Amino acid sequence: MLEKALTGDSKYWGWIGFLLLLIAVGFGAYLRQFNEGLTLTGLSRDVSWGFYIAQLTYLVGVAASGVMLVMPYYLHDHKAFGKITILGEFMAVGAITMCLLFVLVDLGQPMRMMNMIIFPTPNSVLFWDMVVLNTYMFLNIIIGWTVLQNERKGIHYQKWVKVLIYLSIPFAVSIHTVTAFLYAGLPGRHFWLTAIMAPRFLAGAFCAGPAILLLIVFFLRRFTSFDAGDKAIKSLAVIITYAMILNVFFLLLELFTAFYSQVPGHMHALIYLFAGLHGGHALVPVMWASVILAVIVLILLIPPKFRNNYNLLIPALIMLVLSTWLEKGVALVVAGFIPNPLEHVNEYAPTLNELVISVGVYAVGALIVTVLYKIAIGVKAEVGDAAH
Amino acid sequence: MKSDRRHFLKAAGVATIGVAAGATAAEANLLDSAKELLLGPKGAAPYPEAKKNARWAMVVDTRKLTAESMEKMIHACNHAHNIPLHPLRKKGDKYNKDEIKWIWEEEFENAFPGQMNEHLPPKVTQNEVLVLCNQCENPACVRVCPTKATFQRDDGIVIMDFHRCIGCRFCMAACPYGSRSFNFKDPRIASLEINPEFPTRMKGVVEKCNFCAEQLDKGLQPHCVEACENGELVFGDMNDPESEIRKVLRNNYTIRRKPEVGTQPQVYYIV
Repeated sequence: MLEKALTGDSKYWGWIGFLLLLIAVGFGAYLRQFNEGLTLTGLSRDVSWGFYIAQLTYLVGVAASGVMLVMPYYLHDHKAFGKITILGEFMAVGAITMCLLFVLVDLGQPMRMMNMIIFPTPNSVLFWDMVVLNTYMFLNIIIGWTVLQNERKGIHYQKWVKVLIYLSIPFAVSIHTVTAFLYAGLPGRHFWLTAIMAPRFLAGAFCAGPAILLLIVFFLRRFTSFDAGDKAIKSLAVIITYAMILNVFFLLLELFTAFYSQVPGHMHALIYLFAGLHGGHALVPVMWASVILAVIVLILLIPPKFRNNYNLLIPALIMLVLSTWLEKGVALVVAGFIPNPLEHVNEYAPTLNELVISVGVYAVGALIVTVLYKIAIGVKAEVGDAAH
Repeated sequence: MKSDRRHFLKAAGVATIGVAAGATAAEANLLDSAKELLLGPKGAAPYPEAKKNARWAMVVDTRKLTAESMEKMIHACNHAHNIPLHPLRKKGDKYNKDEIKWIWEEEFENAFPGQMNEHLPPKVTQNEVLVLCNQCENPACVRVCPTKATFQRDDGIVIMDFHRCIGCRFCMAACPYGSRSFNFKDPRIASLEINPEFPTRMKGVVEKCNFCAEQLDKGLQPHCVEACENGELVFGDMNDPESEIRKVLRNNYTIRRKPEVGTQPQVYYIV
């Protein structure tokens, strides 16, 4: 099937070339960082995780979101998702690759990465994060590839594939739960020390991931022969709406707990995010932008009249992705470090080199997703399942 | 844990000796001194208070701390442990993002957030205090480390293997005291004079106060304690009821940093 990725028009090759260029530039920036150290980032003694780890957090959610297609299709026989389940699985492969790369570029001693396997440490959440991320990635590669291959041959997938599909459902939940535990289990980091961290992550994932997928579906509908069908689009939009409502609700719960209890530690990071603290307010515009976008998104998504109008749905999805990214892909990780354990406010901003590396990692993910989608759509066109 | 490491060192030692069997005498000498550096000198006198089941702890008498005495202690530590002095990354930076700190001064309200009562005696709130790794009995940094590069010795010291650390900085997120530093850049270029008795680090690894385990293994007190002139710091074995530190704890009311997070710090403060 791989040969399907090797034929394409000039636009396809132009896109591939563009991504390869971004990867090369990002790799160059990484070599600089590799030589000189993480001093080339905006990270510091006080804010020791930043843009890289925040992207890991966000992308784990994108990866986990595939389950929002897999579960309705395989468990509830929601036939409308039959055609796009493969897109969710392949998106998960790209997203997890990016997650692993973001961890890699964040390591101070990347050459010692294998120490995590040589000296396995079950009491470390990072160890489990590595285990579940890798397992989930391989599950998606195997499931997606095998199902597609069988579809091409015109046969039903084998029983063992079904077992893996069922297994992938708890694993999708686990990758985001374990990632939330990276933060939620740390004493003295009040902002993260919350039992609803994992539910918050999952709610964010189950709206943001499917939103990205739906945007891709709209793109494919316009520019390729692949049409997911209105029924699939509309059901996915409903799932996104409910998840976004939960996502906003959970944030409000955090605000209530902190400000009604008046426990200083619980309020500090939130005050820093929404109003600024001790002269530091770098994230205030980020947080307010996220909140305002979230409100607009809910207004556009909740009434079916608006949601079913694609001219409103598409901008709503774009704003949703932006809103959740500003919250989880920027603010959530950084604000956990501000103020620091000694209540000093020292801020963080990513450097250009850090951003170029990040763009390179995103380009790797985009390349993987492009190639896998090209194959999937090629096979579907071949067996006559592309058009609606 | 401790015995695991000993076995590893032994095995590593045997392997190295095997490889070096054909090496010259000069190289063999080099090997010996390397082993001495790792394992401590042969036949060193035991630390006077050392018992088999020692549990090391420290009392900081903040009443006795002065700007000069703290500077002396900090300098003794920095010098002994080859702590690099990095310049600011950019002119006009608000703080030093690359800074490495093992023991340093903090305002009372920063060292003890939440214990800043109104109208405390000025001598308590206006003087700075010394902070360092608390050598927690229940250390969060050890719990989160994915490679056991940070581990706890039988005597309670939380210590690091700089050669195993992958630089994920999970421990920095986990430490409720901000006691850990990361080598954002090569520390060797910024060390003024290298003390050959203690290993230098490489970029990309975390480091922190080790309660001078290298001193204890030689039967000596930690460097900061040695630099005291008026008993500002008291160091000793918590498991020995007759030790000086136990006497000091019996006779003075002490506080610890953030006791509510359950880490059981082993650095106590008299205020």
